[in-house]
Amino acid sequence: MIFDRRSIRWLVLVAVAWSGQLWAGPDIQSWQTSKGARVLYVEAPELPMVDLRIVFDAGSARDAVPGVASLTNALLEEGAGDWSADEIAERLDSVGSEMTSSAHRDMAWVSARTLTEKHALTKTLDTLAQVVSAPRFDMAELERNRKAMLTSLSHDEQSPGSVAQKAFMKTLFKEHPYASPVEGTKESLTAITREDVLKHYQRYYVAKNAVIAIVGAVDRQEAARMAELITDGLEAGERAPELPMVSQLDAATAVDIQFPSSQSHILMGQPGIYRGDPDYFVLYVGNHILGGSGLVSLLSEEVREKRGLSYSVYSYFSPMRRNGPFLIGAQTQNAKAQEALTVIRQTLARFVEQGPSEDELTAAKQNITGGFPLRIASNSKILEYLAMLGFYDLPLDYLNVFVSKINGVTREQIREAFQRRVQPENLITVVVGNEQKANTVN
Amino acid sequence: MRLILSAALLLLSSSLLAESRVHETVLENGMKVIVKEDHRAPIMVSQVWYKVGASYEPDGITGISHALEHMMFKGTKAHKPGEFSRIIAQNGGSENAFTGRDYTAYFQTMSSDRLEIAMELEADRMRFLTLPAEEFAKEIEVVKEERRLRTEDKPTGQVYEHFSALAYRSLPYANPVIGWMNDLEHMQVEDLSDWYRLWYAPNNATLVVVGDVNPQDVFKLAEKYFGPLKREAIPKLKPLREPEQKGEARSVVKVPANEPYLIMGYKTPALTTAEKSWEPYALEMLVAVLDGGNSARFSRRLVRGSEVAVSAGAEYNAFTRLPGMLLIDGTPAQGRTMDELEKALRQEIARLRSELVTEEELERVRTQVIASKVFELDSVFNQAMEIGMLETVGLDWRLIDQYVTALKQITPEQVREVAERYLVDDNLTVTQLVPLPMDNTKPQRRIKGGRHDI
Repeated sequence: MIFDRRSIRWLVLVAVAWSGQLWAGPDIQSWQTSKGARVLYVEAPELPMVDLRIVFDAGSARDAVPGVASLTNALLEEGAGDWSADEIAERLDSVGSEMTSSAHRDMAWVSARTLTEKHALTKTLDTLAQVVSAPRFDMAELERNRKAMLTSLSHDEQSPGSVAQKAFMKTLFKEHPYASPVEGTKESLTAITREDVLKHYQRYYVAKNAVIAIVGAVDRQEAARMAELITDGLEAGERAPELPMVSQLDAATAVDIQFPSSQSHILMGQPGIYRGDPDYFVLYVGNHILGGSGLVSLLSEEVREKRGLSYSVYSYFSPMRRNGPFLIGAQTQNAKAQEALTVIRQTLARFVEQGPSEDELTAAKQNITGGFPLRIASNSKILEYLAMLGFYDLPLDYLNVFVSKINGVTREQIREAFQRRVQPENLITVVVGNEQKANTVN
Repeated sequence: MRLILSAALLLLSSSLLAESRVHETVLENGMKVIVKEDHRAPIMVSQVWYKVGASYEPDGITGISHALEHMMFKGTKAHKPGEFSRIIAQNGGSENAFTGRDYTAYFQTMSSDRLEIAMELEADRMRFLTLPAEEFAKEIEVVKEERRLRTEDKPTGQVYEHFSALAYRSLPYANPVIGWMNDLEHMQVEDLSDWYRLWYAPNNATLVVVGDVNPQDVFKLAEKYFGPLKREAIPKLKPLREPEQKGEARSVVKVPANEPYLIMGYKTPALTTAEKSWEPYALEMLVAVLDGGNSARFSRRLVRGSEVAVSAGAEYNAFTRLPGMLLIDGTPAQGRTMDELEKALRQEIARLRSELVTEEELERVRTQVIASKVFELDSVFNQAMEIGMLETVGLDWRLIDQYVTALKQITPEQVREVAERYLVDDNLTVTQLVPLPMDNTKPQRRIKGGRHDI
């Protein structure tokens, strides 16, 4: 029975793989606005809506004072041009539009989602244009947002997961600009001045440092008009300078943090890969097998399925402009922290040493390639891809060649790349919990 | 303002309405099958919803619906433990499951040509689960870890758990979806076998498929795989109702934390129980006036304005099996006290009782609702969720289309009327988080409701 079923599925897979058509990504068009912002656009005529995102190379890696990228980004919607925060909110809500903004290590962005009905579209675009090109940075709003960020910091400090994440990133990136905490610190947030915010804004929120992604029921001409409108008020400016390389680790580091929690949160990792890294696809498939495929990954099998140690256990490479983290995470009751650490270390060491089996590789490829249509099945997912491809200067055929790149990965490549890029003996190990003696290296 | 709305409504042409795209049938064994076509991408989501969840559980076995959900991945007569997930993964699918107060649901999102695989596996585990004791012994530990992660070590989660337990005198909504730790510790695999036998049958399930599929093909597959399954005598549910609350109830939760927090809840009717069917819609409007967007009253008056709150939210769900609560929560801004925040929130409620909301506010909400209905169509998963949830709490998926019409008819007077009737002090429960120092390193017990994925 089981054998039959599998063979039928295999046939289906082969048939789909050869049809070719299904693997094509969306038709991406790209151009530059007159101010020099790069636009990536996909027409999606089915629903009467459009998604738009403008991404600046203005994340916390550009912080002159930790937290300034986040504060600047948060203040955009809090008053711009002739409009107060209340008026901006009203303009958007009155036409049912949604606007969100966010700052990370590399990127800082503003997104809008609106109906394409003319009045809604116009009002949303006008608002977005003012928000990115004429923010007021009023002192009153700055003070309120500063306080909100301080509250958020203190919230993070009551969460063992957040405490672990922050400790990990700080240890991982050391002196690199990525070490600047996205949320800032108590001291830095207290010290930020309006001048700091203005400087950050004026240097990085400029057209040549921006990428615009548009997906929706607008034609190319309309998309071009929208992109012009949004960037019209921006200075042309310059791209942000290159970031330094992230240093590799040369020794293991253990960070133990006492915390009044019932679980210990475990994070292990090291610098990983960058966007466009030649090892990207090989390590992506390898990690999928190790800890990137949910319940069927090796880590999940060992830690959760076989031993019931953790609800969530995973690993990922988070490629950034420079090498982002390779990270393994799990949480378990304090008394089991030592056992979980041992199992994770053994699983990783075995995988680095032996690589995946042929069956594991085949299953991973089937999952990733068979699931390809899911990756681009909605406007919001396509928007994420456009923003990522544009921001990191990746080729526009990325999605078209995705499946063949995955299919081309071999066991030997995975083993070789993991051995070259992952050093189990030099990992950072962060444990936040209540029985820290568990965390000793080997 | 009027113009915008009517223009937006025109956009919502019949092709966007659920009615024109939804097809349903009922198999002979009582299983309902609902299909919604969405041909934008060659994918589909398949969801099986069971009418069972935390609100069905008697004391002593709280959390059993969720524990059983975990065990649904642990093998049947035809498939070994974990094989379900491996087959779905090999076919490019992503899968999960979730348990709520009123439902347990399982889903696979896959390329639309793989629907048959999902159906075959779901049909198999609907009746032929093996529930091996050794698998249960490990999985209940995973569930406890999930509880520690979501509740024990999360101050706001603790508050919500204690708040619900205080607020509900009779309804099982008093219990957390994930179950009390004590009950998890004493749960036996035999308890799960009994629970499975009681509720997992075709006549207690709804299959919802949304995506690039042909409804007739889906019906045929459903007949092939679910059709042969035997129906069960499903326990008849008693009509539970909460006794009228006779005065404000208050509690505090003391746990290590940095930031204070509070939840307030007023008992309210749901669509399934409302004597006046417009009332739940008026409550939806009321909540949106308070917290529907950045220009709503909480953001405008409490977060900006008086700056008494760093965050404040309001929530009401008309689509529940049993009557629930209108919830309000918030955290005071730096330098402001809990008392100031609570007073400000109560003033906003008092204002709803004494003043009419403006036509402008209602118009804003109507426009937002219409836009969000369009936006929602970007996700097959959300479309299926909406259908499955309505059906499982005992309503009809056609409400999806009627919802906008019903909301449109709500007047400022009706909003005031529900505020006067339900948002009164005697009907209120308040729980405050009182932070203890974080340097206390003794393990703490801690919370929450809502949804739990596997």
